[in-house]
Amino acid sequence: MSAWRAGPGAWALRVFCGLAFLFLMAPILIIIPLSFNAEPYFTFTRGMLTLDPDAYSLRWYEQVLLGERWRSAALNTLIVGVSATLLATTLGTVAAMGLSSPAMPWRRTITALLISPMIVPIIIAAAGMFFFYSSLNLTQTYTGLILSHAALGAPFVVITVTAAMAGFNSELLLAAASLGAGPVRTFFKVQLPILSPGVISGALFAFAASLDEVVVVLFMAGLEQRTIPREMWAGIREEISPAILAAATFLILIAVLLLLALELLQRRSDSGRP
Amino acid sequence: MMGKSRTQALLLSLPLIAFIGITFVAPLGSMVLRSFYDPLVAEILPKTVAALGEWDGGALPPEGVYALLAEELRQARADRTIGRLATRLNRQTPGLRSVVSGTGRRLARQGEPPWAEALPRMNKAWGDLEVWRALAQAGRRVTPTYYLNALDLRMDADSGVVQQPEAKRVYRALFVKTIGVALVITLLCLGIGYPLAWFIAHSPPRRGQRLLVLVLVPLGVSLWVCTTSWIVLLQQQGVLNNLLIWAGVVADDQRLTLMHNMTGTFVAMVHMLLPFMVLSLYSVMRGIPPVQMQAASSLGAKWPRAFRRVYLPQSMPGVGAGCLLVFILSMGYYIIPALVGGQSGQLTSNFIAYHMQASLNWGLAAALGSILFVAVLLLFLLYDRVLGLDRMRLGS
Repeated sequence: MSAWRAGPGAWALRVFCGLAFLFLMAPILIIIPLSFNAEPYFTFTRGMLTLDPDAYSLRWYEQVLLGERWRSAALNTLIVGVSATLLATTLGTVAAMGLSSPAMPWRRTITALLISPMIVPIIIAAAGMFFFYSSLNLTQTYTGLILSHAALGAPFVVITVTAAMAGFNSELLLAAASLGAGPVRTFFKVQLPILSPGVISGALFAFAASLDEVVVVLFMAGLEQRTIPREMWAGIREEISPAILAAATFLILIAVLLLLALELLQRRSDSGRP
Repeated sequence: MMGKSRTQALLLSLPLIAFIGITFVAPLGSMVLRSFYDPLVAEILPKTVAALGEWDGGALPPEGVYALLAEELRQARADRTIGRLATRLNRQTPGLRSVVSGTGRRLARQGEPPWAEALPRMNKAWGDLEVWRALAQAGRRVTPTYYLNALDLRMDADSGVVQQPEAKRVYRALFVKTIGVALVITLLCLGIGYPLAWFIAHSPPRRGQRLLVLVLVPLGVSLWVCTTSWIVLLQQQGVLNNLLIWAGVVADDQRLTLMHNMTGTFVAMVHMLLPFMVLSLYSVMRGIPPVQMQAASSLGAKWPRAFRRVYLPQSMPGVGAGCLLVFILSMGYYIIPALVGGQSGQLTSNFIAYHMQASLNWGLAAALGSILFVAVLLLFLLYDRVLGLDRMRLGS
C-alpha cells in the first residue's frame, strides 16, 4: 500500500480530502461564533475579528429562550416529537419482531411497505397527507401532526430493531419458556433488555426526523401548532434575523447529544455480543 | 406448528401495517385519486352535467339544458360555490372565469325564459358551441386535464390533445431540469465522494472510524443547521463574499451572487447528500483488500492501470448504490431549493408546493406529485432489484 501512498499523488489526495472535510464541517462550525454577534448581521464584524468583547452578545439567545414564539414552538416540537416517537417506537418494535421471525410471510413486500415513508419524497407525502387529513378534519390539529410524524419516523425504528434482532439468539426465548415464563414476561424480561439499544436508537432517529420535518407542518399545522423548524422556515423566508443562528446552535447541541447517545448505544450493543 | 408461527409473525407486524396503511398509504392514494378524479363541476351543476351527457355536441344544446344551467348557476351563486366553479372551468378553458361569474351576477338580478335566448344575451359565450363542449368535458368526473397540464398539454373543444400556448409551457422543461440537477449533483457527489471514501476506507482502522464520524456530521446535524449555514456563508453580505473581498479576489461593488440561484442549490444539496455517497462507497471499499493493488503493481502494472483493472471494478457496487441513492434523494428535495435556490433554482417539488399553497390548483399539484412519485418508485424498484432494499442501513 505504501508504494503508491507516498509521492505527489498521495499528497494531492490528502489535500483534496482535507478540503472535502472542510466543506463538510466548516459551514456547521461557523454558525456557532456568529450566533453571538452583537449586530443583526450574518457576517463577522470588525469587532468580532479583533475579539472585542463588546462585539459579542447573548441577545439572540435571549430572543430564542425568552421570546414567546420560540418558546411555544419548542413546546410544540416536544409535544409532537415525543408523542410521534412513542407511537412509532411501540408499533415499529413490535412489527420488527414479526419481520425478524423466520416464519414471516411476504417479508420483502411488507418490509418495503413499512419503510416506504422514508423513501417517498416528503413533498409528495405532505401533499397526500394534507388531502387525506383535511377530509377527516385533522388538519390544524396536534393529532394530525402526531400521526403523520409517527408514520415518517416508524421506518427508522423498523430498520434499527430488525438489525438488532439479527444478532438475537432465539434460544434465549426457549430457555425463558422452559423456565416457565409466559410470552409477555419473556418479552419484557428477556427480549426487550437485549434489544433496547436498537429500540432506543430507532427512537432517537424517529425523534430527529420529527425535529427536522417542516413540509408536513407547513401544509397541515395551524398557527397554534408551529414547531421549531416552522419558525426557522419563517425566520429564513420572512424576516431574516440572527435569532435563527442561535436556534441552529441549539439544534447542533441536540444533534451532538443524539450522536453521542447513538455512539454509546452502539458500543453497548457491540460489547454485548460474542 | 409452522402455520401458527406464521400467523404470530404476521399479527406482530399487523398494527404497524394498519397504521402505515391509514396514515401514509391512504394519503398517497388520495393524492393519486385527486390527480384524475375531479367531481367539482358535476357536483355544483349536477342536472346540467347529466343533461349534457346525453347531448351529442353537434349543435347548441336544447332549451331544456339552458334552463337547467340558469337554475343551477343561480343556486351556485346563492350557495357561494360559483367562485370555485369559475376557477375550475377557467383552468380548462381560459376566459371562462369571467363568463361564469358574470352570468351568475346577472342571473341574480334578472332573466326569464326562454333561456336559450336570455343566456347568450347576458354573455355571448353561451351562444358558442365550443364553450358548451368545454362545459360538457369539464363535467366528467374522471378527467385527464391535470395530467395533460402537467405535461404542457391541454384538451381543445373537440377533445383533441394540443400543446399549451408557448408562454404556458413550464413543466416538461421543469422535469428535464429536475433530472439534470439530480444528475449533476450525483456526479459531483461521486467526484468528491470517491477519493474521500477511498481515503477513509484505507486509513488505519481507528483513524478511519474518526474520519467517518466527521462525514456523518452533516447527516446527523439537522437539515436546518446546514441550510442556515449556507445562507450565512453564501449571502451577498455573507462570510464567503467578505472573505473574497478581504483576499482581494473580488471588489466590494462586485460581490458574487452565490445564492438565490442554481449555485446555491448545488452547493447546499451536495453538502447534504455527500454523506450518503461516501457511506455507500465506504461500505464496499472496506471489503477490497489493499494487498490486491500492491500485487498488481508488483506485477508491473502502473497505478492507473492497476486501479482501472483491479480496484474500480470491485468498487462498482458501491458506485451504483451511492449514485442511485443520491439521485433518488435529490429528485425529491424541497427545502433547500426553496430557501437557497431563489427563482431559477426551483425544482419539481417546489412547483408542487406552489400549487398546494399559493395557486390552490390541487389537481395539478396531485398530477405533478403522482408523476414524481412514479419516477421515484421505479428508481427504488431498480435499487431493490439490483442491491436489495433490506441492505439499507442507518449509519455504519
